[in-house]
Amino acid sequence: MSAATVAARETTAHTIATGKSRDRTPGSLIFLIALWLSLFFGIAVLTVLLVDTAIKGLPRMDGNLLTEYDSTLFPEKHGFRAGILGSIWLMLGTALFTVPLGIAAATYLEEFADNKKWYNRIIEINIQNLAAVPAIVYGILALGVMGLFGLADGLVIGGILALSLLTLPIIIITTREALRAVPSEIRQGSLALGATVWQTTWRNSLPSAVPGIATGTILGLSRAIGEAAPLVMVGIFVSVRFDPASLTDMASALPIQIYGLASNSQEAYQQAANAAIIVLLLMVLGLNALAIFIRNKFQRSW
Amino acid sequence: MNRTSFRRALVPTVAALALALTACGGNDGEGSDGEQISGNVVVDGSSTVEPMSKAASELLSEEQGKIKVAVGAAGTGGGFEKFCADKTDISDASRPIKEDEEVPVCQEAGIEYTELLVATDALTIAVHPDLDIDCLKVDQISKLFIKGSKVKNWNEIDPSFPDQEVSFFFPGTDSGTYDYMAADVFENESEELRSDVQASEDDNVLVQGVSGTEGAVGFFGFTYYEQNSDKLKALQVENPETGECVAPSVETAQDGSYSPLARPLFIYVNNKKYNDNKAVAAYVDFYIEHLEQIATAAKFIPLNEEDYGTTQAALEGIA
Repeated sequence: MSAATVAARETTAHTIATGKSRDRTPGSLIFLIALWLSLFFGIAVLTVLLVDTAIKGLPRMDGNLLTEYDSTLFPEKHGFRAGILGSIWLMLGTALFTVPLGIAAATYLEEFADNKKWYNRIIEINIQNLAAVPAIVYGILALGVMGLFGLADGLVIGGILALSLLTLPIIIITTREALRAVPSEIRQGSLALGATVWQTTWRNSLPSAVPGIATGTILGLSRAIGEAAPLVMVGIFVSVRFDPASLTDMASALPIQIYGLASNSQEAYQQAANAAIIVLLLMVLGLNALAIFIRNKFQRSW
Repeated sequence: MNRTSFRRALVPTVAALALALTACGGNDGEGSDGEQISGNVVVDGSSTVEPMSKAASELLSEEQGKIKVAVGAAGTGGGFEKFCADKTDISDASRPIKEDEEVPVCQEAGIEYTELLVATDALTIAVHPDLDIDCLKVDQISKLFIKGSKVKNWNEIDPSFPDQEVSFFFPGTDSGTYDYMAADVFENESEELRSDVQASEDDNVLVQGVSGTEGAVGFFGFTYYEQNSDKLKALQVENPETGECVAPSVETAQDGSYSPLARPLFIYVNNKKYNDNKAVAAYVDFYIEHLEQIATAAKFIPLNEEDYGTTQAALEGIA
């Protein structure tokens, strides 16, 4: 490599890293300012929302919020215990249901399926379309399935079904992307050494794709945890006064309880609702932090 | 600050009062004999009645910890749909069941039910204390509030009204109070009110707005007006049937003359579930026994003695 190429590369790298260049035409300046404005607008709206919610919810950031059930008699002690536990049940159930199923489906489509066959292509197109379907439609689907099995409304299992349907396409698509990002040399090397396709997938492709799979899965789950619409459809309750203990228990969920409080004009409930939004945000942030941790821990470079 | 402490003081006072009253009634004290009943109770329906059903569940849980009550808020219509499909035990309703649409569905499914009147919900239209207007007709309320209304001055709806600009203070569109005004008071296909208003989810903000702005008008639940009646002037409303102007009060709301801004609230109980499921029976009995306390906690107007007697009689008729 000549010295000139190296110098040129360094300049390019520097330009990309700092955004500085000698190109200072008015057009490029306006474009740059437009980009900054878009960035500023997005972040400003988010900050205003967060700060507003935090300030309104601040008086209720206490233990009762987490440990008490909802209260009509003592609005200042109103808590979200049932909603938080319900959401945790729904989350764990959805994860247990969708992670194995989603990864298996994606592995089949990516590693084993012959995508020249018409039925495999139909499955692929369907999954891609499903990822764009509005959440409430999954609620209607889940309600139909529950009716088929004669299950009552508002059970934990119904909520899990709705959220699983919602999360599955996302997990399948991100898992396929992650598998596709594993260099084909790795697979070819393994196959050349005499390993079967199954062994190659299990020992090489899948472990290498873990960071991508984990990130996609957890982002899918954190979308599901904030959903209220499909849960309303399957009849998840606004208020229960007991902790769910099995899949066939009646349950509530945090987004539904927050939504339920929107119709109440008492100041104490508005504060409680804002505090609960912060709790929900922290739960989502926690999940996202876990995703980042897993990605960093298992990340490899080729 | 003052308000919060006042509220805090109010709750135990009301509770003590209600307890004292029920004690006077010489009830048989079903919960006090220590028999613990277990079972599920599923309640769904009107989000307006929901706070009452939740309050009943909350009070009951202190005596009967093993009864699992789940309360949903699918709306009155959605509630009846589930009720008549045998999915719920009790349906909350802010209107009577519809004879032509909902009753046949229940009958076809073989569901027998009992209607129990539980409280009265009333709205108050309040204006700035200095405004020289006393009574509104329903069509004037409609002109003033309906979606797309161009009314900017009080004398536009009636030439005898003062020449005074109107400012509006409405509850947020998510609230049950808004829904009631938008959908049930006057003919309004859009079920929306005018949007060029100051809207707030917080009733305190509405009270401050109306009491501090000349010519202002707003509306909120009657019990909330009652607590702030020193700062506001409540408008009378002409009863469309009798043609008389009626001022909002506990009495006029209870006897139905403060129409259409007062409406009855009901719960519908599935007779079979009541007789077969001890938990449902215990919940409903407790609900009706402590009705006054529950209605007050949920900020509704409790029944007068006559209506309460009717409700008790209807409850006895289930078994």
